[in-house]
Amino acid sequence: MTSPVTDAGKPSRRARLWPGAIRRSSEIRILAVAVILSIYFETANHDFLLTSASLENLSQFIAPVAIIACGEIMLMIGGEIDLSAGMVFAFAPFVMHFASEAGAPTWLALLAGVLAAGLVGLINGAVTVYLRIPSFVTTLGTLFFVNGFTLTISRGTPVSPPEGASFSAFMGAWGYSEIIWTIAIAAVMHVLLRHTRWGLHTIAAGANPLGASEAGIQVRRLKLGNFVIAALLAGFTGILEGFRITSIDPQAGGNQIMFLAVAAAVIGGTPLAGGSGTIIGGLIGAAVLGILNDGFTLIGINAFTFNMILGAAILAAMIFNIHVVRLARKGDL
Amino acid sequence: MSAAASASAGTAALRGEDIVKRFGAVTALDGVSLTLRQGEILGVLGDNGAGKSTLIKILTGFHQQTSGKLFIGGEETMLRSVDHARSLGIECVYQDLALANSLSIYHNMFLNREIVRRGPFPFRLLNNRAMRARAAECLEEIGVHVPSVDLPVEQLSGGQRQAIAVARAVNSDARILLLDEPLAAMGAREAGLIIDLILRLRDKQGLSIVMIMHNYAQTLDIADRVMLMQRGRVTYEREAASTSVAELMDIVRREYRSMRTAAP
Repeated sequence: MTSPVTDAGKPSRRARLWPGAIRRSSEIRILAVAVILSIYFETANHDFLLTSASLENLSQFIAPVAIIACGEIMLMIGGEIDLSAGMVFAFAPFVMHFASEAGAPTWLALLAGVLAAGLVGLINGAVTVYLRIPSFVTTLGTLFFVNGFTLTISRGTPVSPPEGASFSAFMGAWGYSEIIWTIAIAAVMHVLLRHTRWGLHTIAAGANPLGASEAGIQVRRLKLGNFVIAALLAGFTGILEGFRITSIDPQAGGNQIMFLAVAAAVIGGTPLAGGSGTIIGGLIGAAVLGILNDGFTLIGINAFTFNMILGAAILAAMIFNIHVVRLARKGDL
Repeated sequence: MSAAASASAGTAALRGEDIVKRFGAVTALDGVSLTLRQGEILGVLGDNGAGKSTLIKILTGFHQQTSGKLFIGGEETMLRSVDHARSLGIECVYQDLALANSLSIYHNMFLNREIVRRGPFPFRLLNNRAMRARAAECLEEIGVHVPSVDLPVEQLSGGQRQAIAVARAVNSDARILLLDEPLAAMGAREAGLIIDLILRLRDKQGLSIVMIMHNYAQTLDIADRVMLMQRGRVTYEREAASTSVAELMDIVRREYRSMRTAAP
């Protein structure tokens, strides 16, 4: 009567001893890669890290990629993706610009820009969730639509962000303000993903959508919310960048920044198939991309080569995550 | 088989009267009546498409019957939703177990019933420590042993996963437990562990249990009563002790033969 339900296919000894380490290992691995790359570039070119100018430069490459990656990670855990993020990035600052032109105070104009981005996210989410269109297709549609819309309302010409020196500095004009925003946003998103019901349910719904809904989780509402979060973050990033470079460009961001964000998420250990993911990993993934980009630029390797290296890095990260981690779980390594 | 069952046979834990369920032109349930007594195990047998799963889904509030009455603890009730059924103490373990593989055992056990700390709304933080402790306690209570409740469920065997799903169901004041093929795709040893668990839940916690089963011999071993469903109707119902695998097989074979002769 007391025969316990145990073993029969016990998890491997290693997995039992290090359950937390297995879960965190993808972050630790990618962090090691980031550190090794930094050391390499620092020895190859002593200006790489230890001058303020290049550190500032590095942080400014990492920041927008990392913030957008936070949103993409929330979606990718659920097996979704937002391809329109880069276009929302360009769209939101123009809404802010026009609101400001119309007489709104800067903070209100900024809010209007962010909300407009959120609206695009709401449309992405509603079409994907309620009309059951794959998010790849939905957001491919909004990618082109939002891009065309931004180009139309801007007539294709850049404008200046709203005036106000201290506000601009706070938002991104000061060298390090964008990376501080990034760290704050990543911290909030990490807590949301790991320590709230919203995040836990996002992971559960990604791992087993039917099971999660049988447990009473509102899977569709979660997905809708995550599309809005992803778009809000993309729009906010576009606004930060607009203040930083003191110019709002309809061609800014685009597919390049969106794919870099997805790459950062993937390198950081979030699989496209969903079911798991980490914000910290995405942050480190963005740092690795930034280090590669800055490092190779300083050494004097051109942008074409950088793309080849980036491509190889994404493939290597995915192959490693899928196969090595699976073997480690089975206890064969 | 169990003394508790005959002693408190007064009010049934659950009773269905003439339940019909139609999906458009298809009649999935064609007037099913059933009684689940307090603290007994009712085994529901039948082929694919006999209506077993539809019946379970009506009892969990996932579907609503087209006509017929349902009594929970003697009171007539229309189960509006899964949450409504749950609030009346009806819990179900689906065949797919509804576990999230990448999450830990304790997060799975508290899925959608998490314990949270007080705080302003979007940041009401999970109280992982309390959930971990309660999960370990609950597993201990029903005699399920795992190395650690921190393990992700993907690292568990089929039997352990089934046990976690059952533990989750009974973790929340369940009085009626519905199990959809709890022994499917399980080796003899693992099945034995789950059978022990089910019997313990009946004897120690006094749960009333409906199990959908495929294997006649296993069903007669565990269940107090068996019910055979064919084409949306209950065609046979008997105390498990007073029937046999041979008799059940005979009924199914007779039905099969009559279907073949009836077919053009």
